[in-house]
Amino acid sequence: MTHVPPALIASYAQGLSTGIDAAVIEAHLGTCASCRSKLHVPDKVLDEVWSEIDLGATRPRDSVLVRAAVWASPAMVPWIAMTVLVTAVAVVTDLLGTQLLVLLAPIAPVAGVAAAWSRGMDPAHEIVACTPRAGLDLVLRRTIAVLAVLLPVLLPLGWLIGASPAQWLLPCLAFTTATLALGTLIGVRRAAVGLATTWVAFVVGPSLVTASLPALLEPSSAGLWLIACAVAAVVVVLRASTFTRLASGN
Amino acid sequence: MVRVQAVGLRVRAGRRMAVDGIDLDLKNGVHGVLGPNGAGKTTLMRALATVLRPASGELTMLGTALGSRESLRQVRERIGYLPQKFGYYKRFTVREFVEYMAWLKQMPGVDIPGAVERAVERVGLGDRADDKLSTLSGGMVRRVGIAQAIVNEPAVLLLDEPTAGLDPAERMRFRALLRESAEDTCVVVSTHLVEDVAAGCDQVLLMDKGRVLFQGGTDELAAAGEASEVGDSPLERGYSALLDRAAR
Ligand SMILES: Nc1ncnc2c1ncn2[C@@H]1O[C@H](COP(=O)(O)OP(=O)(O)OP(=O)(O)O)[C@@H](O)[C@H]1O
Ligand SMILES: [Mg+2]
Repeated sequence: MTHVPPALIASYAQGLSTGIDAAVIEAHLGTCASCRSKLHVPDKVLDEVWSEIDLGATRPRDSVLVRAAVWASPAMVPWIAMTVLVTAVAVVTDLLGTQLLVLLAPIAPVAGVAAAWSRGMDPAHEIVACTPRAGLDLVLRRTIAVLAVLLPVLLPLGWLIGASPAQWLLPCLAFTTATLALGTLIGVRRAAVGLATTWVAFVVGPSLVTASLPALLEPSSAGLWLIACAVAAVVVVLRASTFTRLASGN
Repeated sequence: MVRVQAVGLRVRAGRRMAVDGIDLDLKNGVHGVLGPNGAGKTTLMRALATVLRPASGELTMLGTALGSRESLRQVRERIGYLPQKFGYYKRFTVREFVEYMAWLKQMPGVDIPGAVERAVERVGLGDRADDKLSTLSGGMVRRVGIAQAIVNEPAVLLLDEPTAGLDPAERMRFRALLRESAEDTCVVVSTHLVEDVAAGCDQVLLMDKGRVLFQGGTDELAAAGEASEVGDSPLERGYSALLDRAAR
């Protein structure tokens, strides 16, 4: 095989060869290691080539999915959607005379919060738990995402049926924080299931039967809910390190 | 440089002590963790991935003892982990998924697109980068798992049964990727396939019932076997011999 004269290789490396010359040299270089080894591309040319390639690679990719996942993992989406739907149904029945919204609002966020940090509900939980972002800040970020979707829905709907936010907003925040607090002990999913079940069994059920709101949901109970919020928040902060490891339970 | 160091490491899986007193001293190179089902390989990998807190013993990763949140964060920036059960988000494309993982790994935003491109290219999924994960075959999904593990160019790469479901050509490509990474990376690969170890590993760690039965080169493992043992290759015979000896 004839080889490319060194002078031609040099001018090719400088980017000075054109047309058929460049094509022939390039084809030969592709198959001949010995000529390739003589090819010394100056850093300046190399930099230009790389910067062009990088331009291609860094083209901004506005993936809606990724931008959303930064706030709420895809595993949470169906649960948040379900909650919004249930809320809407509650409002419809409330227009017919029940008081479901006020009764259900406190536990509305817990399903979404459970999905934020659960092995069973988030398929990617194990790889997420191994990343530097795993921890209380990520869990809080996801919790805020749940509330950011839910509260704007709850507020106008509550207003529509004439329920004052004071009645359900504090319980809602208390349940959210309590789910995380209890979650540091038994896993967030179990905590969510436990708290929601207890609430439904001991408060929602009886209220539906007696057709009256429990004292707990009267505005005068706000102090109790505030204390619950504060206690739960302290537990969450003290036990924050559990959110840097695999969620316990499922 | 020692990348992973463990002294008397014990890790619980549920109520069982699935890793029961293991000492490790791993440097760059490919380390195979070999053992029968239930040996404790996955539990060990999880502890090294820092997602399980050891019940006792010391674990030092990349020269850092894992105590504070900050030390954990720093170490994790330089870890890549593929779990045995790799779960993912079906609606994401390959690129989106790896990009999201890069974000979780706190990579600088400007580096992410390039790093994602390289990782996807390295596992041979360049032409499927914009396909949704739900449309990929099982082996391809596994390769997405490898891509997300290597996207941050980790110093410690932990792969739990990475070759499960890969076809022969992909297995070879995967071993080449390991060889390539091994120069500046401590790669720990768990497997129950002796041939994986034979083809790709420098060092073997044989586990059973949460303990290490053998630690050394592949040639030493082969030397442990006698012709009378079950197995088709010297390595397999070495493997059976050591397990038999431990059972006695
Ligand atoms: N979540 C759990 N709860 C209770 N026991 C567990 C749990 N996970 C693992 N174990 C037990 O711990 C031991 C080690 O399991 P591990 O998954 O680490 O084994 P392995 O070597 O990875 O096995 P395989 O080759 O099947 O993947 C087994 O006896 C298993 O039953
Ligand atoms: Mg396993």
